[in-house]
Amino acid sequence: MSDTVRPIDQPAAQGETLLQVRDLKMHFPIKEAHGLGRTKKTVQAVDGVSFDLKAGQSLGLVGESGCGKSTTGRMITRLLTPTSGEINFKGTNIAQLKEKDLRPFRRQLQIVFQDPYSSLNPRQTVSNIISTPLRVHNLVKKGQELTRVQELLERVGLNPEHHNRYPNEFSGGQRQRIGIARALAVEPEVIIADEPVSALDVSIQAQVMNLLEDLRRDLGIAFVFIAHDLGVVRHFCDEVAVMYLGKIVEQGPREQIYGAPQHPYTQALLSAAPDLGTIRGVPAKERIRLVGDVPSPIDPPSGCRFRTRCWKAEDICATQEPKLEGKPQSAPGHAAACHFAEPKVDLVAEIA
Amino acid sequence: MTTPAPEDRKDSMAESAGEQAAAAADAKRGPSVATREKRAGLMNPSGETPYLVVEDLTVKFPTADGVVSAVNGLSYSVPLGRTLSIVGESGSGKSVSSMAVMGLHDRKRTQITGSIRLGGDELIGLSENDLMKVRGDAVAMVFQDPQSSLHPLYTIGNQISEAYRVHHKVSKDVAKKRALEMLDLVGIPNPIRRFGQYPHEFSGGMRQRAMIAMGLVNDPKLIIADEPTTALDVTVQAQILDLLNNLQKEFGSAIVLITHDLGVVAEMADDVLVMYAGRCVEYGTAEDVLANPRMPYTWGLLESIPTVSAASEKLRPIKGLPPSLLNLPSGCSFNPRCPYKDRVKGERCTTDLPDLLPVDGAGAHTSRCHLHDKASIYETEVLPRLS
Repeated sequence: MSDTVRPIDQPAAQGETLLQVRDLKMHFPIKEAHGLGRTKKTVQAVDGVSFDLKAGQSLGLVGESGCGKSTTGRMITRLLTPTSGEINFKGTNIAQLKEKDLRPFRRQLQIVFQDPYSSLNPRQTVSNIISTPLRVHNLVKKGQELTRVQELLERVGLNPEHHNRYPNEFSGGQRQRIGIARALAVEPEVIIADEPVSALDVSIQAQVMNLLEDLRRDLGIAFVFIAHDLGVVRHFCDEVAVMYLGKIVEQGPREQIYGAPQHPYTQALLSAAPDLGTIRGVPAKERIRLVGDVPSPIDPPSGCRFRTRCWKAEDICATQEPKLEGKPQSAPGHAAACHFAEPKVDLVAEIA
Repeated sequence: MTTPAPEDRKDSMAESAGEQAAAAADAKRGPSVATREKRAGLMNPSGETPYLVVEDLTVKFPTADGVVSAVNGLSYSVPLGRTLSIVGESGSGKSVSSMAVMGLHDRKRTQITGSIRLGGDELIGLSENDLMKVRGDAVAMVFQDPQSSLHPLYTIGNQISEAYRVHHKVSKDVAKKRALEMLDLVGIPNPIRRFGQYPHEFSGGMRQRAMIAMGLVNDPKLIIADEPTTALDVTVQAQILDLLNNLQKEFGSAIVLITHDLGVVAEMADDVLVMYAGRCVEYGTAEDVLANPRMPYTWGLLESIPTVSAASEKLRPIKGLPPSLLNLPSGCSFNPRCPYKDRVKGERCTTDLPDLLPVDGAGAHTSRCHLHDKASIYETEVLPRLS
């Protein structure tokens, strides 16, 4: 936790830590019929996640469905209230703030959703969709709204003349741009992008990726980029955290995660990603195939959560939970939660 | 392959009958058609005798807004034991064309012309009853979303054994035995217990395995897999792709794999067909198309995907949007988005639809583009940007 509490609308300096997440947990209670009575159980969607995000940085959260990456994103933007843990934004813990006190922070932490079809209100015009946050936060004078909306539309590569249209008149990629314009309207310092391109076709996906890249460069916005596509994350993020069943299993700079991954799960994930390199260059030397499925987060395995699918698992994995820590051989900032972590190279096909 | 001999004989007879019919048709229609037939024969990049031949397939949907031309003159062929990948963006006609092969379009709302021959037998124009005999027997389909393509109220075992009993006159016990065999074959642990479970008790990957088991229960010679792994996680996707590969090695069936993921194509395909706005724009072996592409759209696709293996500085997306199928651009459908349009003399790109021609004058690798120096543009401009 940083020592000083600063006014939140003062922009952060480059490299300053904006967001500190500490031991964040989200347990959803569920009720299950059990004989005659009912037992209370919890889905441990996120179970102790910690990371830092610096101004202008982009952090990738990768993992398979159900690993808790989207839940983490929703907690940071406080669309969900965490069960426990801290979310420090510029020194203020916003994890349990009331809605009224939260409002100034909402302006700084914006989210872009995955599905451009369901995240825009079909009965509102684009201009209405984008100007609502402006009005809520009193950012523009009355009468100036349209100018600002058109400015934003132009910024995200849409025709400013189209402000009066409805979302159904736009294609998927264009709708995603509207979603991005809505997030940009309040000039946030952090954008949580929750699978922003996975619903789009490849050629359109690249257009939206380049737009996000430009925004990051020009406006210095920090991104938490949630995705399952390892190629997209490699392209966009400086820092990558790999999640499995509610926990971060490996975290580090991009070059380390892709070049010398240490955790068996990261290795399996990279090895499983189908890649063009197999045709164009040298195929990957080693292939790892996981067996089985991800266990249920209602009753996760003891000790290391990955041990049920891990080929390295030994007795210690069932009894003692490995800590997310740097190993003697690892590069600075690179940490893996595994008792038997060792770097593996050659998992990804090289392009000759 | 374990197919009994009589069946083989039946097939070869059917094939020769088909050839005879085709030859007769040629004689009737005159020489111009005959050359087209020959070209279609040449179209298979492997040179083997194809099992599935799709020729000049056109699918149109009349709607209130006008006629949607979803597929325009598509031709391809797949021999047994090979995998053809059809690649394209949404709306390019890849799913529509393969649904036509399965005969899944509503006859009242669709206009289908052209020819689809399976082992020599024409499928277009077959009655619903005759189609039923082909569907699920010689051709099986694996759909994208196993959640919605399995019936939620019947057990997995029930659905698999029913698929078997529709095409074989056997008792329920025999069908059950067969279903258990299939569940085991696709790597579902504890088949006896799984047989009696419902789809919601299966995970996504397991459901897709069950779908594949159902598709393969009648030893189909052709499997059409429509985005079989798009709904799955990467690690599970790798399992399913391995499974399809192994099953193909074991049974020697032909696979048509429809996907938008070029990574999957690189790992699975023998042949690749790139579709754009309902037309084939490039067709050849996987190595031809992915390592030596000769069409600006294929270049654009390759340049716009971020890969795991290289962190390129900036992605180079294809500009603009795919055209509306209600109102295709004149000339080459890709011309409004094509960055190389200016290098073709005159206005040919906007006026003439380029033919699908061999890239090096002859051979099986074809592409649809007016550009003259495709090879040199790729080598000197596109390739350096890719690596």
